[in-house]
Amino acid sequence: MSAGGRLENANPVIFQRSGERLLTASDEDEDVHDRIDDREIFDLIRSINDPEHPLSLEELNVVEQVRVKVNDAESSVGVEFTPTIPHCSMATLIGLSIKVKLLRSLPDRFKIDVQITPGTHASEEAVNKQLADKERVAAALENSSLLEVVNQCLTTRSI
Amino acid sequence: MKEALSLVQRVNAHPDSRCWFVSWNPSGSLVASCGGDKAIRIWGREGDSWICKSVLQDGHQRTVRKVAWSPCGNYLASASFDATTCIWKKKDDDFESLTVLEGHENEVKCVAWAPSGNLLATCSRDKSVWVWEVDEEDEYECVTVVNSHTQDVKHVVWHPTQELLASASYDNNICIYREEDDDWECRATLQGHTSTVWSLSFDATGQRLASGSDDRTVKIWKEYPNEAGQDLSWKCVCTLSGYHGRTVYDVAWCPLTGVLATASGDDAVRVFKEDESTGPDQPVFSLAAQVTKAHSQDVNCVAWNPKEAGLLATCSDDGDFAIWRFHED
Repeated sequence: MSAGGRLENANPVIFQRSGERLLTASDEDEDVHDRIDDREIFDLIRSINDPEHPLSLEELNVVEQVRVKVNDAESSVGVEFTPTIPHCSMATLIGLSIKVKLLRSLPDRFKIDVQITPGTHASEEAVNKQLADKERVAAALENSSLLEVVNQCLTTRSI
Repeated sequence: MKEALSLVQRVNAHPDSRCWFVSWNPSGSLVASCGGDKAIRIWGREGDSWICKSVLQDGHQRTVRKVAWSPCGNYLASASFDATTCIWKKKDDDFESLTVLEGHENEVKCVAWAPSGNLLATCSRDKSVWVWEVDEEDEYECVTVVNSHTQDVKHVVWHPTQELLASASYDNNICIYREEDDDWECRATLQGHTSTVWSLSFDATGQRLASGSDDRTVKIWKEYPNEAGQDLSWKCVCTLSGYHGRTVYDVAWCPLTGVLATASGDDAVRVFKEDESTGPDQPVFSLAAQVTKAHSQDVNCVAWNPKEAGLLATCSDDGDFAIWRFHED
């Protein structure tokens, strides 16, 4: 974790938030089975707070809908996230927050892979390996101080 | 396929949690399970069903990752994320906590008894492997700390007959240790996997070692006499790739039948059989049976019953353990 006070990336570029999902007639039809799609996953993760800035991951363009891949039939979800700078020390924490949010929200049948967008981080391979190791993730979530930091990222801010 | 795996029993052993590991006692009459709920449960067969005989609680503050029975069956060791290893002693039909082994800096990932029952090995995220000596008074003393891995050590296993220890790590390597002048030293490093090695299993003779990895393969390693006569020489003689859709979390070589079972993050349980026509230097294994949705989530462990050939226990992130029967013909 970086020391409080000095931000690693003091002036991040801020992106426009996307609008709310447009509901179609079939979305509101209770008899139609709504498959989990890319937009639904994106809606779950876009409001996650950045650990450093009072901004969401969507506003920092760390997550984008085009980098979410869902296959409901095969029960798989893949998310790529893009750290704002290539040496961001928060990358693992951001990835963990995305993973935890999806683990808590999705049915248990889903296999969730969270990775760094290829070529956007200096320690891409190491961070990806750590996020894919469920034993390390389980142990991290039993660490109360780390869990608290993750929960802060997942707390909904009033906008 | 003539062979098949049929379900005998499914038990929700660790409700609302994950079941990390199951282990048969040496006589094959009991199964110990452990999980994310910090508990260890002992299961026994009564008639056609498996019932919980006892619950070992309050031993650990965090996830219990693995459990191991002593060769005599009277002790149980448990490795936990709370950085400790508990030793439990069987008393009548229950278990009491005998001692707590402390020393690892963080999560203990695995514990294993040597075949003699006089040595115990533990490994941890702190990158070290510890060897403990057990005396007649049930006292445990750490005799060696080995730091041969550069990352978490995921698994330790003893050779079935010799005092030879193997460990698997997040650094993608396998290390083999032998005692040398009262000190345990790494005598061989097995390189070949391209990601974390999660599990190891010796065959009944101990001449071969199977490893399961996050690279979605299983490798078979064979010991070769070394010309220099110095270090041990192990070579990869077979790689099973293309079968597993995700991480291979566990491998188990049946000591009675010689078939190899795997547990995978793709929810499947598979059994591989060696083709009899192939030579020892180039063995060929083929898929003999598989259950693609053996559990509703990742399968974490496979364990063959040590006495009843073909009886397989598995467990999963869905909190269940299951008993299967592997049939041939």
